[in-house]
Amino acid sequence: MSFLRRRKGTDSSKPQNLRCNIVKEDEKNNLYESPRKESYNSKKWSCWDSCCWFIGFVCSVWWFLLLLYNTMPASIPQYVTEAITGPLTDPPGVKLRKEGLTVNHPVVFVPGIVTGGLELWEGHQCAEGLFRKRLWGGSFGELYKRPLCWAQHMSLDNETGLDPPGIRVRPVSGLVAADYFAAGYFVWAVLIANLAQIGYEEKTMYMAAYDWRLSFQNTEVRDQTLSRIKSNIELMVATNGGKKVVVIPHSMGVLYFLHFMKWVEAPPPMGGGGGSEWCAKHIKAVMNIGGPFLGVPKSVSGLFSVEARDIAIARTFAPGFLDKDVFGLQTFQHLMRMTRTWDSTMSMIPKGGEIIWGGLDWSPEGSSFNCGAKTLRNNSINNTDQIPNINLANMKNVNYGRIISFGKDVAEAHSSKIERVDLLDSMKADMLANLTNCDIWIEYHDIGDHRIKAVADYKVYTAGSILDLLQFVSPKLMARGGAHFSYGIADNLDDPKYQHYKYWSNPLETKLPDAPDMEIYSMYGVGIPTERAYVYKVTTATDCSIPFQIDTSAEGGSEDSCLKGGVFSADGDETVPVLSAGLMAAKGWRGKTRFNPSGIPTYIREYSHAPPANLLEGRGTQSGAHVDIMGNFALIEDVIRVAAGATGKELGGDHVYSDIFKWAERINLQL
Amino acid sequence: MASVLRFRKLCYVESAVKCTSVGYESFEIDEKLDEKEEDVLSANNFALEINKKRKQPKRQPKEWRCLDSCCWIIGYLCTTWWLLLFFYHCLPVTLLRVPELPGPGVRLKREGLTALHPVVLVPGIVTGGLELWEGRPCADGLFRKRLWGGGSFTQIFKRPLCLLEHLSLHYETGLDPQGIRVRAVPGLVGADYFAPGYFVWAVLIENLAKIGYEGKNLHMAAYDWRLSFQNTEIRDHALTRLKSKIELMYISNGYKKVVAVPHSMGVIYFLHFLKWVETPPPMGGGGGPGWCAKHIKAVMNIGPAFLGVPKAVSNLFSAEGKDVSYIRAMAPGVFDSEILGLQTFERVMRMARTWDSIVSLLPKGGEVIWGNMDRSPEEGHVCDFSKKSHSKTSLTTNNVNNSDVKRGFLVKDLANYGRIISFGKPASVLHSSKLPTADSKEFSRTSTSENFNNFTCGEAWTEYDEMSRQSIQNVAADKAYTTTTLIDLLRFVAPKMMRRAEAHFSHGIAENLDDPKYNHYKYWSNPLETKLSDAPDMEIYCMYGVGIPTERSYVYKLSPNSRCKSIPYQIDNSVHGEDGSCLKGGVYFADGDESVPVLSAGFMCAKGWRGRTRFNPSGIATYIREYRHKPPTSLMEGRGIESGSHVDIMGNFALIEDIMRVAAGATGDEIGGDQIHSDIIKMSERINLGI
Repeated sequence: MSFLRRRKGTDSSKPQNLRCNIVKEDEKNNLYESPRKESYNSKKWSCWDSCCWFIGFVCSVWWFLLLLYNTMPASIPQYVTEAITGPLTDPPGVKLRKEGLTVNHPVVFVPGIVTGGLELWEGHQCAEGLFRKRLWGGSFGELYKRPLCWAQHMSLDNETGLDPPGIRVRPVSGLVAADYFAAGYFVWAVLIANLAQIGYEEKTMYMAAYDWRLSFQNTEVRDQTLSRIKSNIELMVATNGGKKVVVIPHSMGVLYFLHFMKWVEAPPPMGGGGGSEWCAKHIKAVMNIGGPFLGVPKSVSGLFSVEARDIAIARTFAPGFLDKDVFGLQTFQHLMRMTRTWDSTMSMIPKGGEIIWGGLDWSPEGSSFNCGAKTLRNNSINNTDQIPNINLANMKNVNYGRIISFGKDVAEAHSSKIERVDLLDSMKADMLANLTNCDIWIEYHDIGDHRIKAVADYKVYTAGSILDLLQFVSPKLMARGGAHFSYGIADNLDDPKYQHYKYWSNPLETKLPDAPDMEIYSMYGVGIPTERAYVYKVTTATDCSIPFQIDTSAEGGSEDSCLKGGVFSADGDETVPVLSAGLMAAKGWRGKTRFNPSGIPTYIREYSHAPPANLLEGRGTQSGAHVDIMGNFALIEDVIRVAAGATGKELGGDHVYSDIFKWAERINLQL
Repeated sequence: MASVLRFRKLCYVESAVKCTSVGYESFEIDEKLDEKEEDVLSANNFALEINKKRKQPKRQPKEWRCLDSCCWIIGYLCTTWWLLLFFYHCLPVTLLRVPELPGPGVRLKREGLTALHPVVLVPGIVTGGLELWEGRPCADGLFRKRLWGGGSFTQIFKRPLCLLEHLSLHYETGLDPQGIRVRAVPGLVGADYFAPGYFVWAVLIENLAKIGYEGKNLHMAAYDWRLSFQNTEIRDHALTRLKSKIELMYISNGYKKVVAVPHSMGVIYFLHFLKWVETPPPMGGGGGPGWCAKHIKAVMNIGPAFLGVPKAVSNLFSAEGKDVSYIRAMAPGVFDSEILGLQTFERVMRMARTWDSIVSLLPKGGEVIWGNMDRSPEEGHVCDFSKKSHSKTSLTTNNVNNSDVKRGFLVKDLANYGRIISFGKPASVLHSSKLPTADSKEFSRTSTSENFNNFTCGEAWTEYDEMSRQSIQNVAADKAYTTTTLIDLLRFVAPKMMRRAEAHFSHGIAENLDDPKYNHYKYWSNPLETKLSDAPDMEIYCMYGVGIPTERSYVYKLSPNSRCKSIPYQIDNSVHGEDGSCLKGGVYFADGDESVPVLSAGFMCAKGWRGRTRFNPSGIATYIREYRHKPPTSLMEGRGIESGSHVDIMGNFALIEDIMRVAAGATGDEIGGDQIHSDIIKMSERINLGI
């Protein structure tokens, strides 16, 4: 630009050469002369011209600014930020490098559900040109262009839970698989960048990407994913001088890795044949981030009516988008049909039944979480213990044990006052539904009105009966899922039936491996209201819709009520309640228990949620939300310290804000 | 989209301004055209207004001024553009799809082929992507971004010097410089596309996927191609990872052996791997003697540079022979223009000289293979730069077969390929007895007294700066070099680089392969100094393009400007032969695939390893598959489906079909055994190598 300006002064007085004249004359005739005529005749300056003028002007300014932006040295944004907020604190990687920490243990990341990228390897006609392009993660551009085609390719086979014929969608491999979920929406990227600061690189970091739609054992059957993880961990241990790996699973990855640890030590053909000491030899620590060990209530509503969306889904598909008619009239049905083919969603149905999640009239959380206030009132626990009357009154309000209730009244009434029609009776008496002619097949259409009414008549479902409910409304789905997952509590862990892989991802039905030197961390955010129970209603809409939906009109009385928009909230990280994330580390595995026979030490690290102070912080450096916690500096620092060799004791042991230990006491789990 | 628009607009402004500036420079000539001056002025103003208009927002709207018309034009163009773009996106996707040629994948799938053997792809030099893991402040914000390959090379244009610094390695160790970590991009994305739209492996991958290949049975063995092969293991454990990956794929695919598909330099990298994996630790991978036999079904070398490429010589000597993809990525103009300051070539040369891997591509086997002063195995090759047809080739063969008369004619303007570097055209054609001999001892004597010349000029330091003018001229006075003396020459002009690199590579021919010294890793990538592993069931394919003139030897001159920073030698591109001669622009051409001469690609398969030889004690079967180059017939074909050139051959349907058949279980005999178009068999017969 500058040299153009320099010419400016001299040019005007200089004549031109001939060749240029010709060009100029043409232009002059076209552009200059005619407008000049018009300027005499001011009527010609029409609205259309003004529009063009305006657009041109805006564009030019925009380009000019863009040019300036691109030529600007890269450090300016940082100066601006520092000027506004004061000097930035060093990211943990830089800070710890100054402390002298360097690469020590190799690191394995295990991504959770929905955050991993999926790409197309073989598809139908409509997906031509998308070979090895991302269908999931990345820009989601194709979703908008050809939504039906997209939904078709993302679905699995309804019977087998594997690929439908002619379609192969596979996980993206490598760190790129889950570093960013969508452009600018980091998942693992911040953690990776900080680890790189102290010297980590590709050879010491491994992203255990897997197809998160499949059931865990099927990832091995179809892609040999578990074998690959095993081989990679062995390789990293071998090439890094025998240093054991630190595993960092997130969200559903926690269950996946639990499954892996059982799988790797089980003998072939069902297992990986690593022998009983594999974990002790290869794993230093498992640092579970936001782990839904005992499932999440969200998955229930997800399966039941596709309404609780995972946080990541909700953010990408802007909420408005789902409700619009982009897919035609049946957005939800399409989505439901798609998600119901994903076995993995069933791995997160609440486990442990009423013992863990509470019965009709009690729940471990009681009323201790104050949903309205920003901070937790720690003394409320003492109150409930001392004054049982108040406790009772509160219990009426927040009855977390009833995961699904039909109608607000039912949700709040005492169990003796609820009239229930037994589900099993109506099951026996069911008749064949008259098949509707909807385009989209979901199992609800096979059920028939009679059953739907029966479901609603049962009124209240606890974590135990929720399984019956799902069994009732979608038998095929549950039959498929039941072959891969189990949700109970083991009476006798030595029973040979627990050798089967379907128990491996349920911490209440497996023993941890024999690895006393290993460490297990439960790291999760607290202080955000998290879906815990729902109030439903029966919709009276047309044939082809989902017959149940959350009764968003159900609101708690006061502002502090935990019932909001048909959802009871409890403490958690926005997706996983504290109960699910922390109970195993707080009680089930603490010390030498039957679930943890070798006494693997467990540590609870809670991170209290603080929303980002200003816009410049992006998604916050102290966030406790399910995915944003991956950018939490305190958590990153903990991870780096452990990766660099520290033990849980050196980190400071437990670090608890919530009442998880109190709740754990209330749960009558045989250890 | 905004960037596209900006670009259009910049072009527009520039064309206008260029006009005015041209006018400014030549105003004296046009003094007479006074009567036109007024018009010119106004036109000139028009151009200037474009620059000014950002400062001058809309004045009185009624006054339709030049600036306004500009804005109007831009606005009009933008609106139309957006409208068209909108329509484009509204169109159904299938309508716009260019009818693609059905690749061999579709056809073979119909034949019933399915994925059987896992496939390992080994990329060659420069085609693999590199990303930044740790860098200097100037590379802020590039963490885990590609510095090389893959995406666009925009960063090169934005901060060229910073990038050169990061891509260079340490001059002494050949490893990372302090505070910089640049690593290979792993996975298939590492080398599927070199630049957007410029495929390398993508077509092959896509076709393999058609018959059922996917992540679990298709692996890209990405490695940092700048390092010497053994250093990729020392720094990144690349060889160990490859070994573990192959073992895993072997087991998890039902104990099916692996088909390896290396390309270009990947070929010698994989050769190195095969030796490494069977050697006991710590130097090797400890796989034991049966590893290759157990895990590998076939090695399908594409465009193999077994015996090196002459291009590497000119690259190291004067940074001039550019690899094919090299040129394409950075348009030639970039090098010659002054974007990087005056020292483009020097900087590039300095960077390239820190890359050990280039030394691995120097011609191997010396005069025995590449010919001496008066003899070369390709003798009698007739160059015809116009399109070659089948009849022509058979004619050439006839010439060689039965005509001493013709030979006499050819000798007159015979390409004397043996002289890889000659100074001046006479030196390249005269008989050797008339030339001064190159004496390597002379080099070593002079080089000891070299270092007095310690004036350094600027940062773009090359080892030429340490040479005196006198010794530079001495080098040129020696007139002609063969591949053997060439190594001495390089040792002389770049002693440090060669010292570093020769710890990793060797370029000779083994007298006695059982000599224990050949257990050292520096011999592993030289097929003439190693034995193939004991794997009689394995197959080795040499697949390469023929029919493209390929650099084979060079005519050099002293570069005229002797400023301290320049490279003192350059290819004398004023030298041309007569019509039909192989000499063009200072370069002698021979048959090949544009980068690798046939001799280097095919000799090992044609002779060195054919049958049971000392290089191939277990008698591994070798197959030569040549693909005659045919330029794309229409634009729709892109880079051609029958191309034979070094990188484009990866999109050659015949080659892809061969690979797929082998991957699906066929043997070399089943796909048709040898398929030879060139004179490789004749050439190998002329080479007097004890086998």
